[in-house]
Order: sequence, then structure tokens, then C-alpha cells
Amino acid sequence: MNVGVIRYGAGNIDSVVRALEVCGATPLVIDDAALLDTVGAIVLPGVGAFGHGMAALRERGFIEALQSEVLGNEIPFLGICLGMQLLATRGEEGPERWHDGLGWIEGDVSRLPADERVPHVGWNEVYPADTDGGDALMRGIDPGRDFYFVHSYRVVPDDAAAWAASTPYGAPFCSAVVREHIWGVQFHPEKSQSAGFEVLKNFLEAAC
Amino acid sequence: MLKRRIIPCLDIKNGRVVKGVHFGGLRDAGDPVEAARAYDKQGADELCMLDITATTEGREAFLDVIRRVTPSLFVPVTVGGGIRRARDVDRMLAAGADKVAVNSAAVTNPLLIEDLATRYGSQCIVGAVDVRRLPPIAADNGEPVYEVVVHGGTRGTGLEAVQWCRTLAELGVGEILLTSMDRDGSREGYDLWITRTVSRTVDVPVIASGGVGSLEHLRQGLATGEGEADAALAASIFHFGLYSIGQAKGYLHENNIPVRPSR
Repeated sequence: MNVGVIRYGAGNIDSVVRALEVCGATPLVIDDAALLDTVGAIVLPGVGAFGHGMAALRERGFIEALQSEVLGNEIPFLGICLGMQLLATRGEEGPERWHDGLGWIEGDVSRLPADERVPHVGWNEVYPADTDGGDALMRGIDPGRDFYFVHSYRVVPDDAAAWAASTPYGAPFCSAVVREHIWGVQFHPEKSQSAGFEVLKNFLEAAC
Repeated sequence: MLKRRIIPCLDIKNGRVVKGVHFGGLRDAGDPVEAARAYDKQGADELCMLDITATTEGREAFLDVIRRVTPSLFVPVTVGGGIRRARDVDRMLAAGADKVAVNSAAVTNPLLIEDLATRYGSQCIVGAVDVRRLPPIAADNGEPVYEVVVHGGTRGTGLEAVQWCRTLAELGVGEILLTSMDRDGSREGYDLWITRTVSRTVDVPVIASGGVGSLEHLRQGLATGEGEADAALAASIFHFGLYSIGQAKGYLHENNIPVRPSR
């Protein structure tokens, strides 16, 4: 399957592309929003600041293209790290400075509480919310499997139904979100070795 | 629970892995591509690769090593050595690095850290700090005092180590890689006092470095009340085949340090 990996100047996408190849997909790096309608699934990677990420998508014309493909044509979508955060209604950057997000998942992106070390860096446990395998992305992932994280902010969804997985760090935070064919993961499946490949394969299967 | 990380470190000179003692006396420790692949297979949580040459040819050879190593790896890679400006970071990231460690240039120009953290995000920028313990003087009140050293330990800075780590965290580094020059290559174990003191002072994760000669040293670096670091970096014990990553993880697990099971 052709999977579009959006390149918009928010970090290195090579490892995402390589991981998708290992999982059997044909990744296409998409720089040009006009080409987004040529792929069967879309991955939005990214690291760094929320405001910069949204501005970079906007400058390249990706916002309308994503809305048209993901919301209009119901193309399966996976956001990774910053790509998950951009799904939210708005994101914080510094005290009381907010930027609008894509708004596909209702909720805010805010800094992790200071009771643990921030950034949250390393391998931590992921607990799928739907343990019956109802959520296609996290299907077959044993509760407590370790994934690789590196981030200072996290999504706080308004609706509990949007939680696809949680991770304990002080209080548990939302480490994956779902809304129909739209998913986001705070961890890096492309850096999480076998556990990460399982999640990517699940996404590709759901997208078929 | 967040697991403690085990990070093999490859010091690279002229395209080869080398390992020395107290930042000198280098000996060859193999091919970097082979070593990196082996550590990835064994279940290393991250890799660290440091360019310890200072010449232009050395820099190119190092970039070439990163380009050759990263396409076959699926663990995060931190690189460092000679990073002076955003352009250097761009080249390292383009070569396939995930995080970039900045050392001497941060001392010369602290605002560089603020700039890099804004451009790439804190998660991408590691503050590398090399320290040495100063001879005790009466004014210390019995507390050890450490100085930050730069340029491979050849120059002192007059900066007090704990305060400098705090400053780096405030400027926006996402992690501190703390190396004891006194312990480097000594196999005497981490300097637990400075590791613990920095860990308790800053809010960002701290990577202990310098001195590991046994699995017990890894445990000490990470244990509460001892080093209290979030990650343990080591070179010789892995390079020279003393222990595998799997053996290290097994030992830590048996001794109640939370680690990701190795494959």
C-alpha cells in the first residue's frame, strides 16, 4: 500500500519511512500538498514545537489537503509524537500562549506536570484502552509493553472515548488517541523496535 | 514506569571506534557499523556516538560513519563532538541522528543552547558536561567541588559543575550527559556524588558516564541514594566483550532497577 509520509520541516522522517518499509508498506515522502490525494494512508510524523508545526503545515498548504483527504475522503491517518499533538483543538507553548491545532480530537496539548522529569525520555509502558481488541491500532499489544518516548507536552482529550492508550508517568497520560480512522501516538513506533512495528502493521492493516 | 536506559557509547576517531583512559591513551575498539548493529540486536535502549577528532577530515569521516550506521538501526542515536552552530546540527540530523550533544560550544556561547532548543526542540538537544573534581580547599566545607572542562578535558573553564548543569537545563537542553573525566576509562565506577547531586538539582533526565568496569557499577549509577541517574552510559565493558547488553539488563532487573527486557 502507498503510505504518504508528510515532510514539513519538523524533524527527521527517515526512520519513519524505513520502519514503514520494514512493515511491508510503500512509503512516499510527500512535500507537496497537491500529491496527498495519491496515497491510501497518511502518516504525519514530527518533533518540536506545536506552533512551528502548525505554521509549517499551513505554509505548505497541507491543512486544507489533510482536511479534504482525512475528513472528506476518510483516508486512514496516523500522527506520531508532534503529529499526534497537532490533532488536538489547541496547543500550549509557554505559559498562556496557545496555538490552534487541526481540531480533529477535542482537547488541549499542555506541558507534562513537573512532578516527574521533563522531557519524558526513554522506554515506558503503554496500556491499550480497549483490551478486547476493538481498537485496530493497539490490537494484540499486551498491556504494559514498552515503547520509546521523547516529549515534553501531551494531549489531554476532552472526551474519554478518544483515549486509545495510556502511560503512567506520575499520573497516567494519554499516549494514543483514536477517532474512527484517525489515530495518534505519543510514542515513536519507528524507534520502538518490534513493539513499534506491530503498531505500524496494525495501522497498515486497518488502512487496507 | 519509565525504564532506566542502558546506552553503549562509541567514541569515533578516523572512522573507527576507540576507547581511552582519562580522555587519552586511545586503543582501537572495532568497526562502528558492526558495533552499533550488535548493540541494537542485543537490546540497547539508545546509542551514543561521539566524534573525538577535531580535524575537518575527522569530521567528514564521522558524518560518514553516522550515515553508514543509522540506516540499519531502529534505536535512537545521540551524536556529539564539535557541534558549534545550527548548521552542524542540521548535518548531524540529516545524516540520521536523533539527538545532538553540545559540549564546549555551550560554554563559549550559552545562548547557542537557547537557539538550538527553540529551533529543534529541547528533546533534540543534549547538554554534554565533562567534569573533574578539584583538590579540596578549606573554603569547601568538606563538600566536593567539580569544575567543567572542555576541549576533550584539555581546558578548565572555572565553571562550577552543578550550577552549570542547572544553567543548561534553564537554557533548554532536554538531557544532561554528565561525564567524569577522573573516572573515564578507569573501570572504578561512576562518580556517584556528582551524578546524584546533578540528578537532584535538575528536572531534565541525567545520563551517567565515565568509569564503568562492572555490572554493579551500572546499578550504582542508577540506584536511588547512589547515582540516581536516568540512564547509564558505558563503553569498554561492552566493546571489549566483557558483558552483553542482555547480561547488563538481567543484572539490573535482578537488583530491582526497572529496565526494558532485552530481546
